[in-house]
Amino acid sequence: MDGYAAPDFANIEEYLDSQLKKSLLRFITCGSVDDGKSTLIGRLLYESKMIFDDQLASLKNESKKFGTQGEEIDFALLVDGLAAEREQGITIDVAYRFFSTDRRKFIVADTPGHEQYTRNMATGASTADLAIVMIDARKGVLTQTRRHSFIVSLLGIRNVVLCINKMDLVGYDQDVFDEIEADYREFAADFGFEHIQAIPVSALAGDNVVVSSENTPWYDGPPLMEYLDTVEIASDAQEKPFRMPVQWVNRPNLDFRGFAGQVVSGTIKPGDGVRALPSGKTSKVARVVTMGADLDEVVEGQSVTITLEDEIDISRGDVICADKSPAEVSDQFQTTMIWMSDSPMLPGRSYVMKIGARECQMQVTEQRHRIDVNTRAHEAAKTLGLNEIGIVNVALDREVAFDPYNANRRMGGFIVIDRMTNETVGLGLINFALRRASNIHRQSMDVSKELRASMKGQKPVMLWFTGLSGAGKSTVANLVEKRLAAMGKHTYTLDGDNVRHGLNNDLGFTDADRVENIRRVGEVSKLMLDAGLIVLVSFISPFRAERRIVRQMVEDGEFWEVFVDVPLNVAESRDVKGLYKKARAGEIKNFTGIDSPYEAPTDPEIHIDADKLAPEEAAELIISRLEQAGLIGG
Amino acid sequence: MTTLTHLDRLEAESIHILREVAASMQNPVMMYSIGKDSSVLLHLARKAFYPGPIPFPLLHVDTTWKFREMIAFRDALKDDPNIDLLVHINEEGVEQGVGPFTHGSAVHTDIMKTQALKQALTKYKFDAAIGGARRDEEKSRAKERIFSFRSAQHRWDPKNQRPELWSLYNARIKPGESVRVFPISNWTELDIWQYIYQENIDIVPLYFADERPVVERDGIMVMVDDDRLPLEPGEKPEMKKVRFRTLGCYPLTGAVESEASTITEIIEEMLRTTTSEREGRAIDKDAPASMEMKKQEGYF
Repeated sequence: MDGYAAPDFANIEEYLDSQLKKSLLRFITCGSVDDGKSTLIGRLLYESKMIFDDQLASLKNESKKFGTQGEEIDFALLVDGLAAEREQGITIDVAYRFFSTDRRKFIVADTPGHEQYTRNMATGASTADLAIVMIDARKGVLTQTRRHSFIVSLLGIRNVVLCINKMDLVGYDQDVFDEIEADYREFAADFGFEHIQAIPVSALAGDNVVVSSENTPWYDGPPLMEYLDTVEIASDAQEKPFRMPVQWVNRPNLDFRGFAGQVVSGTIKPGDGVRALPSGKTSKVARVVTMGADLDEVVEGQSVTITLEDEIDISRGDVICADKSPAEVSDQFQTTMIWMSDSPMLPGRSYVMKIGARECQMQVTEQRHRIDVNTRAHEAAKTLGLNEIGIVNVALDREVAFDPYNANRRMGGFIVIDRMTNETVGLGLINFALRRASNIHRQSMDVSKELRASMKGQKPVMLWFTGLSGAGKSTVANLVEKRLAAMGKHTYTLDGDNVRHGLNNDLGFTDADRVENIRRVGEVSKLMLDAGLIVLVSFISPFRAERRIVRQMVEDGEFWEVFVDVPLNVAESRDVKGLYKKARAGEIKNFTGIDSPYEAPTDPEIHIDADKLAPEEAAELIISRLEQAGLIGG
Repeated sequence: MTTLTHLDRLEAESIHILREVAASMQNPVMMYSIGKDSSVLLHLARKAFYPGPIPFPLLHVDTTWKFREMIAFRDALKDDPNIDLLVHINEEGVEQGVGPFTHGSAVHTDIMKTQALKQALTKYKFDAAIGGARRDEEKSRAKERIFSFRSAQHRWDPKNQRPELWSLYNARIKPGESVRVFPISNWTELDIWQYIYQENIDIVPLYFADERPVVERDGIMVMVDDDRLPLEPGEKPEMKKVRFRTLGCYPLTGAVESEASTITEIIEEMLRTTTSEREGRAIDKDAPASMEMKKQEGYF
């Protein structure tokens, strides 16, 4: 305790100068209701002399009125700010608290343990370097502990302090402590935490909060305050490539044009090459301007104004990057989203995304699945409700510069804003781009089929829909193409109508013309596959031999036969174009199914029982098969 | 490798916030209360937009009961070409003779400060008001956002605040609505003083101890700044060496006895002190949640 008491003022200037060298640590506390988070923070404030006499007096008053500790001081009341919370006895929002030691200033986000307030925990975690996870020693690792740890891990925190609290109520039993620690380490094994420090504490009694407790002689680690004071937070932020989102273009007169922003990673010096994204234009840093003096170097965390040697067009929302290792640019992403609004997230609806200093229109193209926050199991779901987490694909109305969230939090995190209410309804973490913009591939390279396809975020494939006239081939192909387009995939559909009327308008229905028809369609499809497209061909193509010709023209695995299968009587009863009627009347010759055979595929890649499946279900089946095969992954 | 200190990081965060307001709002204003927090805020704004001018005006809501030295300090800013200073007074309140002695501190603060502020925001159609409030000042402030949304009626709804992730601020509003923005939310009183020391920022002399005429009332030492302070029978102003830890309307602001006449001495005194900053401010004492109620009504 003494280490944090009033300092020695023998020389106030010297003392002040040492105080000016403090570092900053932001952390979050999380745990279930009644685990004692607020009590712990209250005690940290109290022990670090951040509570004044008048606050203590008012605390004593309020402890009698609202407190849960009888005549004792209820430290939780110091932290539970809003009047409603004091009455309900729970924390209902994120509260920020501050204390400092001689080495560090701490900013604490106190976040609620109640299930419905997941969003607040994510909010607190988004700026934290470290998380304190509270566990009640009597209860051990609970579902909530898992949920909180998952969110903490998702938001990119790599350093966890496991505070096993209320040790006084289990008789300071080492076995209890060891068992909980082992439990926690086991389930958190794949959370990506770099360091977990378990500490046995009693927030109420003060054990191992500031000084090592005599009640836990078996614990040889540091008390909490000492640990917080000395923990090295893996800060590779300066080693990462330089990134500065431009917030403000500073043009006080014709002779000065500076780009103002906060450096989110890396360092830069005058003379260093930079690249502005998404434009891709390059220049060199001329000056790093601040009010005191120009700087020789600017590092992660600083807010500065940069001037460049060349006049290139940069506006708010652009990102200035290191020339040699720029950020990526894209307008379509796979993201992890946490929903924070009572109104559910709706695919297809237009939202506003804010990333860095840029706002753009965003549409959810597809929700791939929802993640159960307690078990981390994937569940099928098309929307996200309040506090739900999902893997969601989004498309923007413009390209933005980004890094994946796990590489750079400030470059890969975004918020989602409702366009009608202007409320912040969700947060997102970019996992990767679904489509890479062309202007980042600056180095010369052979433009291959693979490159063309990877730029589109897909693998080329030909879906050959075969089946009787009226089976629903074109209807299903059309739905599949719509779904693919919504996912940002690049497609083209060839069907009897658009090919017969143009490319093949010189061909009739003789056997020779029929073969030539198929050959041409096969060749055109092959060119489209080479361009990286997903090609949908909707042809009756009744003969196995014809279909085999096309299969042999393309690479293994590129030809997918989709058999749209209905019994003849069903197709004939639909008779959308009135063709069966004409064929029965003898007005059309060689009509498949009537006076010409249909050779059903013996082993199609996809068999659609179109008599039983609705077209939408058929399309869904095809999409899911393509996903399983990794052709449209992402 | 350059290592940033906690003040470097706080400064950078505040500058980032100030630039976000300027860039994303149509018509922002910076509330200027003349106190030390305002001095720090003004310094940060100069830094944020250097070498350009501060791209928004400063607004002082003058209750007409401020210390004379505060007004002199404020008026000195009028000569600065980089600053556009506006002063607003609730003239209706002046006509009705509203003051802390005739109407009580609660009514006075409401009419001359809260209502006056709303009048000014409406008059100039400001859509963002930047303030110097800090989360460490008071419990309900600890939960306030940096970009804090206000309805068209200037009300704050603590139950329905926009979540703030990373450093991404949602500044979108509908016509008539506004935001209050608090760039120094994460600073403590000690940070403020250390920064004033480090950056050598000019502050109102009332913060430094000097011989001043005071009377003691209800445990609070009130400075007799002008002859509007009605003296109770038998009350006699005494010269005492005092200073102020916060500045507001002089009849509502308590002085503390002090010998601290330099920044370093103030910090030294503060580190030894055992009462919180707001103790000298009468407004917090009415009821446990009084600040929260006032904030909901539109007090900053």
